[in-house]
Amino acid sequence: MKSNTNDLLTRGLEIKLEADLDKDFGKKIAKIAHGEKLFGCIQCGNCSAACPLSVWMDYTPRKIIAMVRAGFRDEVLSNRTIWLCASCYQCTVECPKGIKITDVMYALKREAIVNKIYPKNFPVPILAKAFFNEVKRTGRINEATLLLSYYWRYNIFKMLSYSTLGLKLFLKGRLSIFERGMKNKRDFKKLLHEEA
Amino acid sequence: MKYVYFPGCSLKSSGMQYEKSLLSVFKKLNVTVEEIEDWNCCGATNYMSINETYAIGITARNLALAEKQGGDEIIAPCAACYMGLLKTQNYVSSDPEIRQNVCKELTKTGLSCQFKIKIRHPLDLLVNIIGIDAIKNAVTNPLKGLKVANYYGCQLIRPISTFDDVYNPQTMDKIAKALGAQTIDWPLKTRCCSGSMTSTMPDIGARMNFEILKDAKSRGAEVVLTACPLCQFNLECFQGKISRQFRENIKMPVMYFTQLMGIAFGIKEKELGLHQMLSPALELSL
Ligand code: SF4
Ligand code: SF4
Repeated sequence: MKSNTNDLLTRGLEIKLEADLDKDFGKKIAKIAHGEKLFGCIQCGNCSAACPLSVWMDYTPRKIIAMVRAGFRDEVLSNRTIWLCASCYQCTVECPKGIKITDVMYALKREAIVNKIYPKNFPVPILAKAFFNEVKRTGRINEATLLLSYYWRYNIFKMLSYSTLGLKLFLKGRLSIFERGMKNKRDFKKLLHEEA
Repeated sequence: MKYVYFPGCSLKSSGMQYEKSLLSVFKKLNVTVEEIEDWNCCGATNYMSINETYAIGITARNLALAEKQGGDEIIAPCAACYMGLLKTQNYVSSDPEIRQNVCKELTKTGLSCQFKIKIRHPLDLLVNIIGIDAIKNAVTNPLKGLKVANYYGCQLIRPISTFDDVYNPQTMDKIAKALGAQTIDWPLKTRCCSGSMTSTMPDIGARMNFEILKDAKSRGAEVVLTACPLCQFNLECFQGKISRQFRENIKMPVMYFTQLMGIAFGIKEKELGLHQMLSPALELSL
């Protein structure tokens, strides 16, 4: 029993000295997530209890909020947890302190991308980036080309397991290989600060 | 009232049965909509995960185009698009700095925006504006007690959306009842379907969708109704994988609420996209 408790306490959390923490991290995240209430978290755990993905997470939403506030910057940003958040807003609805946890998760994802410390070869950020680039390129999403570019970056062999489903959808006319992009791409790209 | 329609990418591809059935049902109920000219992708959850300014910027463009076209209200059938549009409008109306930046960017592309246009989901329009009576009157083929599980999923009803209850939404249930169906009560009606995780983390995605389908089934549902192309896709298209993974036959028709409306209204299969389903939805129309 005793060793179990110890395991739980230390799992994933190296002992860290206070001097090593990023003290401003919490403030920064609160600012970009429009969530100054973050510091009012009472650690009640409603968010984790409500989160349908928390069973697969290393750090549950409650822990993430605590770690952000305390300044465990690298641990939070490099973790898979934030990428397991599906943006379902269940936690946000349940939080008694009005903390916009989903928006905090979004802010953390963006910080991880900007600082290039997201977990490498983890499928979720790879799909997010493939999606981002597809829209940049054509203005709209074509599911066939999106999945191609995703599997190309992630693991081309994994695509085989989806080929039957892809074929079925294609035969039903629900998957097109033609792009139905938008007309005014020039103006659209200006919004993305890109040359057309 | 001029309604402009924002289909989003899915309703033009894997979710095209939603567009077909929605427009057929609207026609039957004399609702006219005009598609937003040259709309772009709303960015879904992915743009927010990578760049907030871009996420707001590209969604604001759709709002601006809708206003330019003279729309009073935007009809957004995809839950993610609906949420994205609402979120963008909230951001620009509550944060002057964001508003100023967005307006500056839009001006560069010759667009301006008041951000006053109302954003509505078809469920809200059908129940609260068109009304249940009009829906009842259009029924020619009542569904005689068909047991329906209404699945709302996540972004459609929380936390910015205002047209239904976050915990126990009712709009789809009201429609199903008006068609003559029976609805089942189930706690998982607002559970997340895992979004795009069915592609990225297939085992997790399968587990989440298995729980939803199994629960609906064990409560006696004969069909699951959805109001979002991603929910519909996840619950319908991975049933083979789910059945294999959990060694349990999980076959269940999963269709858009507009397809069931169409069946009750006597609209032809093809106009509802029923022939394009992977689940045995067609049998319900017989
Ligand atoms: S629900 Fe809110 S207050 Fe409770 S632990 Fe989560 S973030 Fe903190
Ligand atoms: S928004 Fe993310 S963290 Fe919150 S409940 Fe949903 S999956 Fe969990």
